[in-house]
Amino acid sequence: MLEIRDITVKYGEYEVLLDVSLRLSGGEVIALLGANGAGKTTLIRSLNGTLPLAGGGIELDGRGLDSMSRGEIAANIAVVAQENETRFPVSVLQFVLSGRFVHGGACGWESRDDLQFAEKALAECDLAGYETRLMNHLSGGERQRVVLARAIATNARILLLDEPTANLDLAHQAMMFKLVRKRCLESAASAIVITHDLNLAAEFADEIVMLKNGRIVAKGTPAEVLTTENVEKVFGVRVLLDRNPASGNVRVTNVFEEF
Amino acid sequence: MDTRGNGLGFSRKICWAKARRIFETYSLAKASGNLLKTEKFQNSRNRALLIGGGLIALLLIVLAGAAMLGAERLPLFDLNEQQRSILYDIRLPRILLGACVGASLAVAGAGLQSLLRNPLAEPYLLGVSNGAALGTMLAFVFFQSLEVTRPLLAFAGAGLATVAVYRMAKSRAGMNVERLVLSGVIVTTFLSSVIVMLTTLLDAAKLRSFTFWLLGDLSQATRNGVYLSLGAVIVGTVVLTSQARALNLMMVGERDAFDFGVEVGRVRMLVFGASSLVVGAAVAASGSVGYVGLIVPHLVRLTVGSDNRLVVPFSAVAGAIFVVFADTIARTAIAPRELPVGAVTALIGAPMFIYLLRRN
Repeated sequence: MLEIRDITVKYGEYEVLLDVSLRLSGGEVIALLGANGAGKTTLIRSLNGTLPLAGGGIELDGRGLDSMSRGEIAANIAVVAQENETRFPVSVLQFVLSGRFVHGGACGWESRDDLQFAEKALAECDLAGYETRLMNHLSGGERQRVVLARAIATNARILLLDEPTANLDLAHQAMMFKLVRKRCLESAASAIVITHDLNLAAEFADEIVMLKNGRIVAKGTPAEVLTTENVEKVFGVRVLLDRNPASGNVRVTNVFEEF
Repeated sequence: MDTRGNGLGFSRKICWAKARRIFETYSLAKASGNLLKTEKFQNSRNRALLIGGGLIALLLIVLAGAAMLGAERLPLFDLNEQQRSILYDIRLPRILLGACVGASLAVAGAGLQSLLRNPLAEPYLLGVSNGAALGTMLAFVFFQSLEVTRPLLAFAGAGLATVAVYRMAKSRAGMNVERLVLSGVIVTTFLSSVIVMLTTLLDAAKLRSFTFWLLGDLSQATRNGVYLSLGAVIVGTVVLTSQARALNLMMVGERDAFDFGVEVGRVRMLVFGASSLVVGAAVAASGSVGYVGLIVPHLVRLTVGSDNRLVVPFSAVAGAIFVVFADTIARTAIAPRELPVGAVTALIGAPMFIYLLRRN
């Protein structure tokens, strides 16, 4: 569905991404791991055409991203960015509905469809009853869920999520990943998720991609990628690996040496 | 009259109960309950329509009141020849120009605030009005014979000032409130000093009328001025309202707006262009009337929320009401002498600005 071929992104002379190739198929969840500054956010931002490429190309269903309009891209790719604050009294429902921009009904007003997508997304993100609450009165975690609901309400086939679990409590972290997982299974959508939680990635991702200094270090299933060597190489810490007794998936535990 | 027991009073009571029920359904308190059901959402739209209708009715009342009040009190009907002449030749152009100027400044304020993600953005504070004033002044001094050059140069001045402030306020890290207000102050004071230098070219009589104009003055209203302002404000409001949905995303974040399919550059161009157009026309006709673009959108947001599809058109109507009202005070407070309308709006607006700044 989304084909990324040898893309390079530069900030000035500095290469933030170098020859990154990736393929995202329908129904797939890819977790993007890496230390701070590894180029994860840059990769996500370049995937929806925000950042100009210094080399390589991105294709959506065989069409170059650079030949598509903002509206076309937004109809297919939704982004959950790290949060934004506004000084205006925006209600939760209004915020989520604003994500339906490219689907505008008559005279720029939302249609019944738009409203239904918004309500469904709110319910899925455990936000039913929040409709008239104001964004600037919510906690960081609640706001983050609203931002996720806005992306889900777009009904786009591809979700790009930049640390969506950063402010979430334990229950809502799992909810977030389950939700993304479920969407991908049911409607052949797919997602790329940046996260720092290796265990959540191991539980929910089909594929893990590890980035270091703008280059892909490892790519494959969680079991293939989450090895002590790879984690040490990317994060510079020693870890223990075993299996999650409940799910049987790989589990990573930091050793915390030299305390 | 004791209404208890007679039929009239009874039906009146029912009317009251009904009116109260309607009011309760539409009131904000109720709306903050649960909006989940589609019909409730429909209700919030009906409520918006109700407020819009109320605003238009209020505008008509204020216009009628303003037409009657003044140095010479006029009856609403049965005017004699002289009264008719006062109404049609002097008072009506002035009132209508006031309405256009108020609508222009308020709508420009609403648009600029959402675009710049800053509830304190306002044509007067950002230096846009002064840019237009300088343009008008240049036309006044150098191309006096050509009346069309005034609005044209005012528009150009407003546009240049807008772009200058925007470029100054925007840094690599984005744009914050302080930077924007500071850039506005710098552009405003710079343009003011150029204007003051130019006033030395004027003779004493012109200088007095020019000083009045600079403070915001509607007494020079002409029919042509009204037509021009009316045209500009209609075009400007339509353009800004057409971008309202995009502005809803822009006021949260430019990057967000981009992610969700807004052509950010195009929206920015349209909003800057439309606000320069309306501010240019308003300033060319009436000088710099301050704070309208700050107070009016703020009050509108308090009433209908921050959805720009309502805020922008409602601000136009509410701005017209505000300036016509302020100008009626300016005309009548110390009659037969007059205050510049800009002084009245600033008297109300400056404390409000401080309040908003503190709350931020």
